[in-house]
Amino acid sequence: MTQLALVIDLNVCVGCHACVTSCKEWNTSGSAGPLADFSPYGADPTGTFFNRVQTFEVGEYPDTQTVHFPKSCLHCEDPPCVPVCPTGASYKRAEDGIVLVDYDKCIGCKYCAWACPYGVRELDEARKVMTKCTLCVDRIHDQSLPERDRKPSCVLACPTEARLFGDVHDPDSAVSKAIRERGGYALMPEQGTRPANHYLPRRKTELTLHADDLVRAANPLRVDGMEPVPAYAGGTAEDHST
Amino acid sequence: MHPAFSVLLLTTLIGAGQGLFLALFAAEVAAHARLVATPASSFFVGGGVLALVLTGAGLVASTFHLGHPERGWRAAARWRTSWLSREVIVLPLFMAGLFAWSLAHYAGFGATAVLGGATALLAIALFVCTGMIYGCLRLLREWATPLTPINYLLLGCASGTLLAAAYAAVVGSPLAAPCAASALLLTVVAAVTRIASLARNRALRPKTTLQTAIGVQHPRIRQTSQGFMGGSFNTREFFHGATPGRMKAIRWGFLLAAFVVPALLLAFGSGSAAALVAAFVVQYAGLLAERWYFFADANHPQNLYYQAMS
Repeated sequence: MTQLALVIDLNVCVGCHACVTSCKEWNTSGSAGPLADFSPYGADPTGTFFNRVQTFEVGEYPDTQTVHFPKSCLHCEDPPCVPVCPTGASYKRAEDGIVLVDYDKCIGCKYCAWACPYGVRELDEARKVMTKCTLCVDRIHDQSLPERDRKPSCVLACPTEARLFGDVHDPDSAVSKAIRERGGYALMPEQGTRPANHYLPRRKTELTLHADDLVRAANPLRVDGMEPVPAYAGGTAEDHST
Repeated sequence: MHPAFSVLLLTTLIGAGQGLFLALFAAEVAAHARLVATPASSFFVGGGVLALVLTGAGLVASTFHLGHPERGWRAAARWRTSWLSREVIVLPLFMAGLFAWSLAHYAGFGATAVLGGATALLAIALFVCTGMIYGCLRLLREWATPLTPINYLLLGCASGTLLAAAYAAVVGSPLAAPCAASALLLTVVAAVTRIASLARNRALRPKTTLQTAIGVQHPRIRQTSQGFMGGSFNTREFFHGATPGRMKAIRWGFLLAAFVVPALLLAFGSGSAAALVAAFVVQYAGLLAERWYFFADANHPQNLYYQAMS
């Protein structure tokens, strides 16, 4: 069975918010009506977003890392928001595993948002219904679009390709491979929600620098007989190379 | 969680209405068993109407919580999985039973015991539904305990029985004394279970941490941006905004107003109508504060993602 999902690579996310704005642009222009914006240019702007990018600082100065953390509906395989809905407006599609809200059935009671541990459902305060990431369901199955554009808006917008999209139940898909080979993990496993979206951890980038790397061994401007005295007199990089 | 006033009113008003009916029906059963003098049927009719007014007011209050109250009827659809849906079904059924029982007393039909028994079962089922709406949410660990429905049941019964005593005293019924004694007992028992839930919640240690929330296993993580500079649904719906000092004041306030003061008035108020009405009013105000604290006390895991602005 298909389970569409996003895999987000925290190692390359630069926190540019391109996914946030492209998500807002696509989903505010859809047939379901605009996503609310109140006082967008005022002192206390607020509005509905399906996707947010947050920033965390990990570690203690000076050994800190900045982690940009995009956050949207995880399309859980066991979504706690679905059984609590009294009207059946909140549902999980059998054919592709996307968790959706039927805006015509939603009574705006907010109970599903209470049941979601991730806080990724936002009540649209203009339409008075619960809204959330749809994985751009009105786009990914649209046969009139070229195949390469049948992806969620956020995935297409990401300049660093930090967002992968695909079927996590297909072991040969790019997302499954990424999860398998790069330590993909789910958020809050203790909540038992089995999120379909996964995150790829940050990786340690190591660079071994030898003393002679700091000296220009092959200076294109060199003049024979006028070479500077090398600061380093040991072996060169070739002696260390593996 | 941010306490919604509509839900505070809903749960306290229908709780008092259910408790009032259960007290009246208990009085009817006790009269059948010749434990107390049989009251006039007008006593039951008046009490039934009072309970209907309370539950009706609760129902009206609940619609203010909805974004689309005109679609409220749809909420009866998912009773197989949703406690909220079950409550939406049981509340009108209870009101219908209450109406039928009051009408049977008014018109002198004989079947009040059967109607009352069925309505009493619905009243208890409604307490369970209301409590389980909160109790079934495992992620809100302050609520996910059998104490939640037990407290809804006991607090509603205490409030309703106290109202029955006040009502009986106002209309001059001899049932005022046994109702007041029952209300005192229920208030004391409810205080014990509510304090038990306070103690339990104080000892809770969070299972979900910022480490599991973002999947970074480092003891020191500090949020530097929540992704926007204004507010959002997430920052409004899940935070109560009260300082720890204010929370403490409200906790002591509801313990005094919902339990201590009514219990003292019941024990030493000489059973006068004025003392009983005052006890009910003070306890109702205390229960509103208790319900506010119940919501504010629940710490939603999503709040881990909203620790710093900008």
